[in-house]
Amino acid sequence: MAHEEDALEHERASWKPSPGLAVAVPDPVQNPGLPPHRERMTDKDPAAMKRAVRTVYTLFYLSLAGSIWAIAAYMLFPIESGRIIDIRHNNLFIGLGIGLALLALGLGAIHWSKAIMSDKEFVEPRHATRGRDTTREAAVQAFRDANEESGFGRRTAIRGSLIAALVASILPGITLFRGLAPHNSEENPIAGDPVALLSHTMWKEGERLAHDPSGEPIRAADLTLGSAVHVIPESLAELSHHDGYLEEKAKAIVLLMRLLPEQLNETEERKDWSYNGIVAYSKVCTHVGCPVALYEQQTHHLLCPCHQSQFDVANGAAVIFGPAARPLPQLPITVDADGYLVAKSDFKEPVGPSFWERH
Amino acid sequence: MSTATVTETGTAKPTEKPLGGRFVAGAANYIDERTSISGFVKELGRKIFPDHWSFMLGEIALWSFVVVLLSGTFLTFFFQASMTETHYAGAFLPMRGVEMSAALDSTLRISFDIRGGLLVRQIHHWAALVFVAGIGVHMLRVFFTGAFRKPRELNWVIGFVLFVLAMGEGFTGYSLPDDLLSGNGLRIIDGMIKGIPLIGTWTSFLLFGGEFPGTQIVGRLYTLHILLLPAILVALLVVHLMLMIVNKHTQFAGPGRTNSNVVGYPMMPVYMSKMGGFFFIVFGVIVLIASLFTINPIWNYGPYDPSPVSAGTQPDWYIGFADGALRLVPPHLEFVLFDRTWSFNILIPLIALGLFIVLVAIYPFIEAWITGDKREHHIAQRPRNAPTRTAIGVAGVIFYAVLWAAASSDLIATHFHLTMEGVIHALQALLFLGPIIGYFVTKRLCIALQKKDREIALHGYESGRIVRLPGGEYIEVHQPVDEYELVKLVDFETSAPLVVRPNDKGRIPWHENLRASISRWFFEDRLQPLTQADVDAARAHQHHTLDHIAEEEASELQGAHERAGVPDAPLHPIDDGHNTETANRPSNVIIPDDDAKS
Repeated sequence: MAHEEDALEHERASWKPSPGLAVAVPDPVQNPGLPPHRERMTDKDPAAMKRAVRTVYTLFYLSLAGSIWAIAAYMLFPIESGRIIDIRHNNLFIGLGIGLALLALGLGAIHWSKAIMSDKEFVEPRHATRGRDTTREAAVQAFRDANEESGFGRRTAIRGSLIAALVASILPGITLFRGLAPHNSEENPIAGDPVALLSHTMWKEGERLAHDPSGEPIRAADLTLGSAVHVIPESLAELSHHDGYLEEKAKAIVLLMRLLPEQLNETEERKDWSYNGIVAYSKVCTHVGCPVALYEQQTHHLLCPCHQSQFDVANGAAVIFGPAARPLPQLPITVDADGYLVAKSDFKEPVGPSFWERH
Repeated sequence: MSTATVTETGTAKPTEKPLGGRFVAGAANYIDERTSISGFVKELGRKIFPDHWSFMLGEIALWSFVVVLLSGTFLTFFFQASMTETHYAGAFLPMRGVEMSAALDSTLRISFDIRGGLLVRQIHHWAALVFVAGIGVHMLRVFFTGAFRKPRELNWVIGFVLFVLAMGEGFTGYSLPDDLLSGNGLRIIDGMIKGIPLIGTWTSFLLFGGEFPGTQIVGRLYTLHILLLPAILVALLVVHLMLMIVNKHTQFAGPGRTNSNVVGYPMMPVYMSKMGGFFFIVFGVIVLIASLFTINPIWNYGPYDPSPVSAGTQPDWYIGFADGALRLVPPHLEFVLFDRTWSFNILIPLIALGLFIVLVAIYPFIEAWITGDKREHHIAQRPRNAPTRTAIGVAGVIFYAVLWAAASSDLIATHFHLTMEGVIHALQALLFLGPIIGYFVTKRLCIALQKKDREIALHGYESGRIVRLPGGEYIEVHQPVDEYELVKLVDFETSAPLVVRPNDKGRIPWHENLRASISRWFFEDRLQPLTQADVDAARAHQHHTLDHIAEEEASELQGAHERAGVPDAPLHPIDDGHNTETANRPSNVIIPDDDAKS
């Protein structure tokens, strides 16, 4: 509409931008120009102006008081006792002081600009964003001259080799980033092999199942029907954080559940993976790895609290709902001579979320 | 600025007292002689910015970012980005003796052993939440008003990158305390990365410096959080603001406002005071929130341990849409093919979100291609005047909102006593149906609002004044809008669908056909802007009707007066100051005096 007579679009002789599909209105509604200035109360009434001035400086003084209050609160509300109530007071009263100081300052400044400063509107012309034709020609000429003088466009051998060298010069930098993760070493021959690391946990034949986090080994006889127990390998306690305690724990956590033996639908191959209705499944969700920590005793379903995948413990922890795709891996278990539950082997497949090389 | 001038002979004799006193004048002169700063002040000092409440949304983002920087800098003096194990020995009794990383230990010390430390931590966290939200609403404003059109497409893309960086900043910061909740968040990220074909396993391995969780990740995220990401963010923010100054701000259509001017208030003093004041208001509100409401109480969560997790855990709000996308995937979408695992339960959400945000990023170019419009646009559109775009925007918002709601699927189920499966299935359906319904409803609403505008422009507001004509007919008198209001209603552009024509070779290329069908979809339902002739005709008709009514009214009153024997009585009530009846008119309408008296 108003765009038809735009000074903006006709100020460059060579520039006639296409309106595309825009419909030209031959007889647009006329723009009446700026409306007459309407006076505010503060413009008309000196008393109102006086009031506004008073409001602004009162707010600024209030801000000052807030700042002083915040400093006082810093001293008046110590937290060294460690009691929660003291921390709450410290947080609250310093915060209220600073909040008051900042808010009053901001409100005062805005009231100043709205009620006291001139509210006369100004008009500023816009210019086309594009440079003037002469400027653009000069810019092109600069490139042309540079190209002519260097021979960048002409001497293809130099140009090609330069680009190749520049690209190649980045590669060593990228190579260095291999160092983000460890390499294989004599101490740990698979430290640099993620697939090997992901494929094994610290469960092995005879490794006792222990309570998480106490580390007490678990006797089969102590497990009541319907119970679910959070389990770690007994020897996990021997690891320190430097030797990968958390990394091993992240893979080895297991949930142990006792059902009636006849409730379990076991495949031929897994008949001897359970003991007397006791089954052990990896606690790491096969979706993205959250701990599948919620067990519903009546339905014997396991629920992952992160993304609500559900697994049916009676049916080999098969996925019955949610985004997970694979059943939780099962840990084959039995009892040792003292009646403690032990693993028969490591998991037969990698635990946790899927990864590309997994199969 | 009048500064003291030094003459050739070296005798300085100011004719009048310089602005701000001799010292300020001297300092200004000193700086200008070394920096030419007076040029900048001349250019920017009285630069005009248009005024509208929605232009403030970007400022919320800007100022909360400043708050994030200030509070974050304070936190770096105390935080230790290390996963070395220590035993907590700080003031908070329930955690005494617990084994935890130095990161969590120092975070607890910031919270409980440093006066005001908890406040600054909470300011930092709340400000980050406000920052991302501010960018979000600012982007919505720019989208729905078409302020991304030429010449601002690049600034849209820069702003979009800023949004992604802000989310990255949020996520890296959230994970730093190494508490249980953020550790589980990292676990989810690890699982997602591992699901990416080809590079996933190694990306995770390199990121975590070995197996999850490792002892490296907090230090690495810290470098990203306080160095790399903020550096890019600040650099792009500067470019974003500089481009805003170069392009000048958009303004809404209105009296005196055209595509080739800016109407508003000068940078100094009005915007300096308004924007500066608004910084303190944003800061103040964030501080108040931080002093009144707890955020991220890591002392309740304890150190990260891969085994426990609490039900009902939620990510920070801006990550919600990604978490929700993970939840809505149906089961069993994973295959082993060519001896490799294809985790479509991870890939589908990643691809869907990727497509969604890429569409957002390139939308200005798509629309420019459809309209073929190469002109500069400095008039912000009212959303109703671009119905298809507004409808697309609403569809996108609904898509995002459903994903976001899905991140709380378990809480929705427990709070409203619904089944978990029911909530997920409903959200799955809504993810596809919601945007479609939203699209059509919005488009119809926009067109209806345009029709309403047209009605008001032609026939005026309903004044509430009911007149009974001599024939017994009742009519409501419409109050015409004044010319200043009128221009706001009618000053918009529209486009016609593309008509495909064969090119020089006599062919119609496929992309032109595609473009034609998209443009038809875009512009088929459209209202033509009013012309001056339309308005004049409507006005003339209305004046005629009003005159006619007045005539009829007058003759009836005259008749009544004559019957009563007072033929000279005035036809209008005498305003003696006791007449309390006032006309019910929209407050924003200025009634020209001659109209009011007739």
